[in-house]
Amino acid sequence: MVNQLDSKLSLYHFYTAFIALLIGGSFGLLQTLVRSESITLPVELNYYQVLTAHGVLLALVFTTFFIFGFLYAGVSKTTGSFTNRRRKAAWIGYLLMTIGTITAVILILANQATVLYTFYAPLQAHPFFYIALALIIIGTYFASYALIAQYNGWRKENKGSKSPLFAFMTVATLVLWIIATVGVVLAVVLQFIPWSLGWSETINVALSRTLFWYFGHPLVYFWLLPAYMAWYIMVPKIIGGKIFSDSLARLAFLLFILFSIPVGFHHQLLEPGISEGWKFVQVILTFAVILPSLMTAFAMFATFEITGREKGATRLFGWVKKLPWKDVRFLAPFIGMLFFIPAGTGGIINASHQMNQVIHNTIWVTGHFHITIGATVILTFFGISYWIIPHLKGRVLTNRLNSLGIYQTVLWTVGMSIMSAAMHFSGLSGNPRRTQETSYSGHEVAASWGSYELAMAVGGTLLLFSIFLFIGIIINLAFFAPKGQEEFPIGESMREEKMPKLLENWKLWIGIAIVLILFAYTIPVIDIIQHSPPGSPGYKFW
Amino acid sequence: MHIHKLEKLWLIIGFITLIAFLTTVGIQAFASDNHHGAPSDLTVVDPEKVHETEPFDDPGLHQIGENEYELVMVLESYGFTPNEIEIPQGATVHFKITSVDVVHGFEIAGTTVNMMATPGHVNSMTYTFEEKGSYLILCNEYCGTGHHYMSAELEVI
Repeated sequence: MVNQLDSKLSLYHFYTAFIALLIGGSFGLLQTLVRSESITLPVELNYYQVLTAHGVLLALVFTTFFIFGFLYAGVSKTTGSFTNRRRKAAWIGYLLMTIGTITAVILILANQATVLYTFYAPLQAHPFFYIALALIIIGTYFASYALIAQYNGWRKENKGSKSPLFAFMTVATLVLWIIATVGVVLAVVLQFIPWSLGWSETINVALSRTLFWYFGHPLVYFWLLPAYMAWYIMVPKIIGGKIFSDSLARLAFLLFILFSIPVGFHHQLLEPGISEGWKFVQVILTFAVILPSLMTAFAMFATFEITGREKGATRLFGWVKKLPWKDVRFLAPFIGMLFFIPAGTGGIINASHQMNQVIHNTIWVTGHFHITIGATVILTFFGISYWIIPHLKGRVLTNRLNSLGIYQTVLWTVGMSIMSAAMHFSGLSGNPRRTQETSYSGHEVAASWGSYELAMAVGGTLLLFSIFLFIGIIINLAFFAPKGQEEFPIGESMREEKMPKLLENWKLWIGIAIVLILFAYTIPVIDIIQHSPPGSPGYKFW
Repeated sequence: MHIHKLEKLWLIIGFITLIAFLTTVGIQAFASDNHHGAPSDLTVVDPEKVHETEPFDDPGLHQIGENEYELVMVLESYGFTPNEIEIPQGATVHFKITSVDVVHGFEIAGTTVNMMATPGHVNSMTYTFEEKGSYLILCNEYCGTGHHYMSAELEVI
């Protein structure tokens, strides 16, 4: 069992995340309905406001709260309960993140921050919107302190033994997060806040975008790594198998730290002011992230096959039948893995100079991140929720709730497949993202987009139903399911192998990460600053 | 650290694929005849003095060679100047754009013409229109509540 006080901490994060999911998801459906011209919003609420809220609540709030809830529970489970001091820091983090979230949402709904969740300058939101974002990030630093201190404490008490895999991966995820957020903190604190308060008249747009994307790409790995933790550590146990290789899993996480940060330019390929050569350098580093991804894919399917064969499977694909398809704790993350095959392929397309030319800022990109974060990650998070909530509440996932969970997973899969396929295909013919309607006064080129947008609305409807069902199951699991002990699945390694000491030498890995970042960014950032045009005043075009 | 021999094979194949992809992208970006690199113009301009700065003081289509044109465009919320353009079939057009206010996108739907216009910077790229028809130029970056009205038409005759 996870310590009671730690359970409470973790549960508060989960509940906040689920509220954000419900509201943010509802806004998502509204967008598809407006875009397909099925409904018109009341004048008090405009499409771009709803879009801002959707992005902030799902991409920033839901993910961050869910992830910290998951990390607290897992670290408490594997390293022992938090000391009072660390737990206190964690609660301060929760409070700051919650205050930040509520402030941001109020400002968005008051139409003071209709700048979308990427808040590109020189559109200028209310200063408190940026302060709210800063609070959320500062909150995560308190949270990171609690988790990393807990890991360090464990290592001090267990000198010479290798750390629990969950705790190791938690630290890797947080190292990535802390290095990445430096970019957005610099932009928000040094550029956006003084500029929105009127202390500085203008803003350096190119610099703010570069700092944002220095953060923006590793952000997606901050979402993905906790899902990978569930794949590496929990899924093997759930299917009755073992972790394929503890050391390779650790190595993969370290490689993600190295190759997910110095790559932000691939989001800025079509942007002036950054030279082509440096863009290409970062494209190369972007592609390098394929290696740890392939390692992860191999480890997963190796675990599946070995486990299936141990259960008596024969023939080439006999093991497929031995997997527990009727267990939502397995099915949801497994479908998430399948989604990552087209999602990863799409990612390679987006990062390639010439192909990016076709899809940049089209709704293809929206389709892409709806099958990464909106399918791979969130399906894994659904799968985690179905055992972690009852575990923390001392209840059990009953057969009935498990079946409902399977329906919920299938509904999500179908809805997301329809919606993201429509987004990908119409994006190929140029349908732009982030656009309220796309009739363009009946221009013939835009004529084909309407039917795709209808398909997006159909998909969006199924997705919202799936969220309703999910929330219903969670309420049951938290408050009404029979009391008992639901398993907290922590897998064991297949082989007892000695871990190379190098893998836990954080100074080394953080050092390499910093060297790569300095290599990829120093010269182009100096160029941007030295050759910067006069800055831009703020605009409020809403 | 033990690495399974099949995993080694898998990673080697992955690595070779990676190198092949990067080589293709790199050759097309830097060494191919018609340059397929990403639009990365380094020219700067004062965003508040665009209308007085060359060439944006005279936006529009300018013939610079045989069936070769320079198209200078100014982007602002929510329109392109000029917003109706006619060019002959087969024309090669050098686009030169900038924004006077916020960030905009410049996309010709159904083609590979696609680039960002950020205030303070000029962006440019070249495209040859082989097929006749009516092309839709649209802004693909959110630029305010009228963003979805921001478009222009390019007629290839």
